[in-house]
Amino acid sequence: MRRVWAILVAGVFLYFLIAQFLPIIPDFGNADMFLRVSFDIISKSTTSNYNVVEFKKSKDLEDGSANVVTSIVANYRAFDTLGEVTVLFCAAIGVGILASVLKPKRKIEFEEHRVLRISTGIIFPLILLFGVYIFIHGHLSPGGGFPGGTTIALGVLLLMLSNNEFKVTPVAKHIEQVAGAGYVVIGLMGLAIGGVFLMNFLPTGVVGNLFSGGVVPIVYILIGFKVGAELSSVVSDLREG
Amino acid sequence: MSNIIYYVSFILLGIGIYGIVSQKNLFKQLISLSIIDTAVNIFIVALGYVQGGEAPIYSAITPVANFVDPLPQALVLTAIVIGVGTLALGSILLIHIDEKYGSLDPDEIRDTREVVE
Repeated sequence: MRRVWAILVAGVFLYFLIAQFLPIIPDFGNADMFLRVSFDIISKSTTSNYNVVEFKKSKDLEDGSANVVTSIVANYRAFDTLGEVTVLFCAAIGVGILASVLKPKRKIEFEEHRVLRISTGIIFPLILLFGVYIFIHGHLSPGGGFPGGTTIALGVLLLMLSNNEFKVTPVAKHIEQVAGAGYVVIGLMGLAIGGVFLMNFLPTGVVGNLFSGGVVPIVYILIGFKVGAELSSVVSDLREG
Repeated sequence: MSNIIYYVSFILLGIGIYGIVSQKNLFKQLISLSIIDTAVNIFIVALGYVQGGEAPIYSAITPVANFVDPLPQALVLTAIVIGVGTLALGSILLIHIDEKYGSLDPDEIRDTREVVE
């Protein structure tokens, strides 16, 4: 009976979406970029006239990062990203608190294997290096603070799978607090220098260089540390309370 | 037929709703919520696709802009992170429920509560 109801509800919902909603959205692949807000963001001219951006040539634009998604996340919508890391912070705190009040102290044990333990010792520094590479190059290549931090957290998860004694120390929580506070401090520096919270107050440089984009790489490095520490402690809290 | 990706996301949405309504296990309902999350993300990214467009990154291969819409991708980045937070918090709450009542079925939990009270 329950299943019949479920099929009915899902069917009505699907019918509503396909019949009412599909006709008013543009066909797949036919989005008109000239009418969209993103057109100004891609040409990096939301406050000035349209200009053509060229890789390794254009300089001193209003946002200097080559990755346009990064320039939206860490510059144009940086305040939104601050809210996003706050949500993640609240989730991590909630997981930590709820895991610590579980009555029977539980711990998930794995069968240790020598091959896994030794190979993890070899591969963990490389995973760490790759995560750091992803978030340092967040403004130039695909990636950024969130994927880089997740990569680091997965390296920590690999350590947990291979070694039952491994534990995430409270240092992770301190790294997270310092990184989160650093984000707010950068925002306040923008407020002090430019009059706008989270303003890009550093010179933006040439598009495509490692040292370009103003505060964007700094913000993404802080987010990388924060997300890496947060997700590591979430994984550790879910494993043992 | 070009709109097949929209249908994929709608069908995933339907699967998620079916899971939430039909399943009794709370953890399966949480996973269904996660499937709906994925479906909405696919839909939002698909809205920004431009035929023949490239990934919105200035590089040596794509020096001049011929990009898909980067704004939906940035919004989906936010949505994915919040989805992870929801999933983690939901699963630790379910671990709590399971430790207290020994079950994740709402009917069994109700029976246990009546016995306790």
